[in-house]
Amino acid sequence: MIKIHFFASLSEQLDCSDLNFEYSGEHTVADIKQSLLKRDTHWQCLNNKNVLVAVNQTLSDANANINDGDEVAFFPPVTGG
Amino acid sequence: MISVQTNDFDLGHEYQMLRQDADGDGAIVTFTGLVRDFNNSGSVSMIRLEHYPGMTEKSLMNICSDARKRWELGQIRLIHRVGFIGANEQIVFVGVSSKHRKSAFEAAEFIMDYLKTNAPIWKQEGTATGMKWVESKQSDQTAASRWQK
Repeated sequence: MIKIHFFASLSEQLDCSDLNFEYSGEHTVADIKQSLLKRDTHWQCLNNKNVLVAVNQTLSDANANINDGDEVAFFPPVTGG
Repeated sequence: MISVQTNDFDLGHEYQMLRQDADGDGAIVTFTGLVRDFNNSGSVSMIRLEHYPGMTEKSLMNICSDARKRWELGQIRLIHRVGFIGANEQIVFVGVSSKHRKSAFEAAEFIMDYLKTNAPIWKQEGTATGMKWVESKQSDQTAASRWQK
Protein backbone atom coordinates (compact mmCIF):
# COMPACT_ATOMS: atom_id res chain seq x y z
CA MET A 1 0.00 0.00 0.00
CA ILE A 2 1.22 3.50 -0.87
CA LYS A 3 -0.27 6.49 0.89
CA ILE A 4 -0.83 9.38 -1.49
CA HIS A 5 -1.61 12.91 -0.28
CA PHE A 6 -2.76 15.92 -2.29
CA PHE A 7 -2.58 19.46 -0.95
CA ALA A 8 -3.96 22.96 -1.46
CA SER A 9 -5.46 23.89 -4.86
CA LEU A 10 -4.54 20.47 -6.29
CA SER A 11 -6.53 18.68 -3.60
CA GLU A 12 -9.53 20.94 -4.37
CA GLN A 13 -9.17 20.36 -8.11
CA LEU A 14 -9.09 16.57 -7.62
CA ASP A 15 -11.65 16.64 -4.80
CA CYS A 16 -9.31 14.28 -2.96
CA SER A 17 -6.77 14.82 -0.19
CA ASP A 18 -5.73 11.25 0.65
CA LEU A 19 -5.66 8.01 -1.29
CA ASN A 20 -4.56 4.50 -0.38
CA PHE A 21 -2.96 3.17 -3.53
CA GLU A 22 -2.64 -0.59 -3.89
CA TYR A 23 1.01 -1.23 -4.77
CA SER A 24 1.39 -3.49 -7.79
CA GLY A 25 4.99 -3.18 -8.82
CA GLU A 26 5.17 0.50 -9.79
CA HIS A 27 8.82 1.54 -9.84
CA THR A 28 8.66 5.32 -10.04
CA VAL A 29 6.43 8.31 -9.36
CA ALA A 30 5.76 8.46 -13.12
CA ASP A 31 4.43 4.87 -12.98
CA ILE A 32 2.01 5.82 -10.22
CA LYS A 33 0.76 8.77 -12.26
CA GLN A 34 0.28 6.46 -15.26
CA SER A 35 -1.70 3.97 -13.16
CA LEU A 36 -3.97 6.74 -11.88
CA LEU A 37 -4.45 8.12 -15.39
CA LYS A 38 -5.52 4.71 -16.63
CA ARG A 39 -8.28 4.73 -14.02
CA ASP A 40 -9.66 8.17 -14.84
CA THR A 41 -8.62 11.16 -16.95
CA HIS A 42 -9.27 13.65 -14.14
CA TRP A 43 -5.82 12.67 -12.77
CA GLN A 44 -4.36 14.36 -15.86
CA CYS A 45 -3.72 17.51 -13.81
CA LEU A 46 -0.90 15.65 -12.01
CA ASN A 47 1.07 16.03 -15.25
CA ASN A 48 0.88 19.82 -15.04
CA LYS A 49 4.52 20.97 -15.06
CA ASN A 50 4.01 23.10 -11.93
CA VAL A 51 2.94 20.13 -9.80
CA LEU A 52 5.60 19.16 -7.25
CA VAL A 53 6.05 15.73 -5.73
CA ALA A 54 7.49 14.51 -2.44
CA VAL A 55 8.42 10.91 -1.66
CA ASN A 56 8.58 10.10 2.05
CA GLN A 57 8.37 13.84 2.78
CA THR A 58 11.37 14.78 0.63
CA LEU A 59 11.00 16.81 -2.58
CA SER A 60 11.55 14.43 -5.50
CA ASP A 61 10.68 14.14 -9.17
CA ALA A 62 8.85 11.83 -11.57
CA ASN A 63 11.87 9.51 -11.81
CA ALA A 64 12.05 8.92 -8.04
CA ASN A 65 11.91 5.26 -7.03
CA ILE A 66 8.84 3.96 -5.20
CA ASN A 67 8.58 1.00 -2.86
CA ASP A 68 5.61 -0.57 -1.15
CA GLY A 69 4.82 1.35 2.05
CA ASP A 70 6.09 4.70 0.74
CA GLU A 71 4.31 8.00 1.25
CA VAL A 72 3.88 10.14 -1.87
CA ALA A 73 2.48 13.68 -2.02
CA PHE A 74 1.53 15.91 -4.94
CA PHE A 75 1.09 19.66 -4.49
CA PRO A 76 1.30 23.06 -6.21
CA PRO A 77 4.31 25.40 -5.78
CA VAL A 78 4.59 26.46 -2.14
CA THR A 79 3.56 29.94 -0.95
CA GLY A 80 4.33 30.11 2.77
CA GLY A 81 6.26 32.77 4.67
CA MET B 1 14.44 25.20 17.49
CA ILE B 2 11.54 25.19 15.07
CA SER B 3 7.79 25.43 15.72
CA VAL B 4 4.81 25.06 13.40
CA GLN B 5 1.83 26.34 15.33
CA THR B 6 -1.63 27.92 15.09
CA ASN B 7 -0.98 30.24 18.05
CA ASP B 8 0.54 33.70 17.80
CA PHE B 9 4.04 34.32 19.21
CA ASP B 10 5.56 37.00 21.42
CA LEU B 11 8.48 38.74 19.76
CA GLY B 12 9.85 40.01 23.10
CA HIS B 13 9.78 36.55 24.61
CA GLU B 14 11.48 34.98 21.57
CA TYR B 15 14.20 37.65 21.62
CA GLN B 16 14.81 37.13 25.34
CA MET B 17 15.10 33.36 24.83
CA LEU B 18 17.61 33.88 22.01
CA ARG B 19 19.58 36.33 24.11
CA GLN B 20 19.65 34.00 27.09
CA ASP B 21 21.13 31.18 24.98
CA ALA B 22 23.41 33.26 22.74
CA ASP B 23 26.52 32.91 24.90
CA GLY B 24 29.45 34.79 23.43
CA ASP B 25 27.53 35.91 20.35
CA GLY B 26 27.75 39.55 19.29
CA ALA B 27 24.64 39.77 17.14
CA ILE B 28 21.00 38.75 17.12
CA VAL B 29 18.96 39.39 13.97
CA THR B 30 15.21 38.82 13.99
CA PHE B 31 12.64 38.99 11.20
CA THR B 32 8.86 38.94 11.60
CA GLY B 33 6.53 38.40 8.64
CA LEU B 34 3.02 39.92 8.82
CA VAL B 35 -0.22 39.35 6.91
CA ARG B 36 -0.65 42.18 4.39
CA ASP B 37 -4.19 43.60 4.30
CA PHE B 38 -4.14 43.99 0.53
CA ASN B 39 -3.14 42.11 -2.62
CA ASN B 40 -3.08 42.96 -6.34
CA SER B 41 -6.86 42.86 -6.61
CA GLY B 42 -8.01 44.49 -3.38
CA SER B 43 -8.25 44.11 0.34
CA VAL B 44 -7.47 40.94 2.29
CA SER B 45 -9.28 40.35 5.58
CA MET B 46 -7.45 37.17 6.61
CA ILE B 47 -5.44 34.26 5.30
CA ARG B 48 -5.51 30.51 5.77
CA LEU B 49 -2.27 28.53 5.71
CA GLU B 50 -2.40 24.85 4.84
CA HIS B 51 0.70 22.69 5.32
CA TYR B 52 2.00 19.14 5.05
CA PRO B 53 2.38 18.00 8.68
CA GLY B 54 5.67 16.18 9.16
CA MET B 55 7.26 17.38 5.94
CA THR B 56 6.95 21.03 6.99
CA GLU B 57 8.94 20.40 10.18
CA LYS B 58 11.48 18.29 8.29
CA SER B 59 11.90 20.95 5.62
CA LEU B 60 12.35 23.78 8.18
CA MET B 61 14.95 21.73 10.07
CA ASN B 62 16.83 21.06 6.83
CA ILE B 63 16.84 24.78 6.01
CA CYS B 64 18.29 25.57 9.46
CA SER B 65 21.01 22.92 9.10
CA ASP B 66 21.84 24.23 5.60
CA ALA B 67 22.25 27.70 7.14
CA ARG B 68 24.63 26.26 9.76
CA LYS B 69 26.77 24.77 6.99
CA ARG B 70 27.16 28.22 5.39
CA TRP B 71 27.67 30.44 8.44
CA GLU B 72 28.99 29.99 11.94
CA LEU B 73 25.79 30.52 13.91
CA GLY B 74 24.78 30.35 17.54
CA GLN B 75 21.02 30.02 18.03
CA ILE B 76 18.32 29.67 15.38
CA ARG B 77 14.65 30.11 16.24
CA LEU B 78 12.07 29.59 13.50
CA ILE B 79 8.30 29.81 14.00
CA HIS B 80 5.70 29.43 11.22
CA ARG B 81 2.02 29.78 11.96
CA VAL B 82 -0.64 27.76 10.14
CA GLY B 83 -4.44 27.86 10.01
CA PHE B 84 -6.50 31.06 9.93
CA ILE B 85 -4.63 34.33 10.59
CA GLY B 86 -6.16 37.82 10.49
CA ALA B 87 -4.84 40.75 8.43
CA ASN B 88 -1.87 42.53 10.04
CA GLU B 89 -1.19 39.57 12.35
CA GLN B 90 2.20 37.83 12.60
CA ILE B 91 2.84 34.76 10.38
CA VAL B 92 6.50 33.89 10.63
CA PHE B 93 9.49 34.55 12.89
CA VAL B 94 13.18 33.97 12.26
CA GLY B 95 15.78 34.76 14.91
CA VAL B 96 19.49 34.07 14.44
CA SER B 97 22.45 34.75 16.72
CA SER B 98 26.09 34.71 15.70
CA LYS B 99 29.48 36.14 16.60
CA HIS B 100 29.17 38.92 14.02
CA ARG B 101 26.23 40.76 12.47
CA LYS B 102 26.95 39.92 8.81
CA SER B 103 26.44 36.19 9.22
CA ALA B 104 23.32 36.71 11.36
CA PHE B 105 21.77 39.07 8.75
CA GLU B 106 22.65 36.77 5.86
CA ALA B 107 21.50 33.59 7.58
CA ALA B 108 18.12 35.13 8.53
CA GLU B 109 17.60 36.18 4.91
CA PHE B 110 18.71 32.79 3.59
CA ILE B 111 16.29 31.00 5.92
CA MET B 112 13.36 33.17 4.78
CA ASP B 113 14.25 32.84 1.08
CA TYR B 114 14.48 29.07 1.35
CA LEU B 115 11.38 28.77 3.50
CA LYS B 116 9.34 30.64 0.88
CA THR B 117 10.38 28.27 -1.91
CA ASN B 118 10.85 24.93 -0.11
CA ALA B 119 8.60 24.54 2.93
CA PRO B 120 5.33 22.77 1.99
CA ILE B 121 2.98 25.57 3.09
CA TRP B 122 0.23 27.12 0.95
CA LYS B 123 -1.56 30.42 1.47
CA GLN B 124 -5.18 31.29 0.74
CA GLU B 125 -6.33 34.90 0.98
CA GLY B 126 -9.80 35.90 2.17
CA THR B 127 -11.02 38.63 -0.22
CA ALA B 128 -14.39 40.27 -0.91
CA THR B 129 -15.07 37.55 -3.50
CA GLY B 130 -14.07 34.59 -1.33
CA MET B 131 -10.97 32.52 -0.55
CA LYS B 132 -8.28 32.57 -3.26
CA TRP B 133 -5.08 30.49 -3.43
CA VAL B 134 -1.98 32.64 -3.66
CA GLU B 135 0.17 31.98 -6.74
CA SER B 136 3.90 31.41 -6.25
CA LYS B 137 6.08 34.35 -7.29
CA GLN B 138 9.06 34.29 -9.62
CA SER B 139 10.68 36.93 -7.40
CA ASP B 140 10.75 34.41 -4.52
CA GLN B 141 12.43 31.82 -6.76
CA THR B 142 14.97 34.42 -7.87
CA ALA B 143 15.66 35.41 -4.24
CA ALA B 144 16.31 31.78 -3.27
CA SER B 145 18.40 30.97 -6.33
CA ARG B 146 20.95 33.73 -5.64
CA TRP B 147 22.21 31.65 -2.69
CA GLN B 148 23.17 28.86 -5.08
CA LYS B 149 25.84 30.99 -6.71
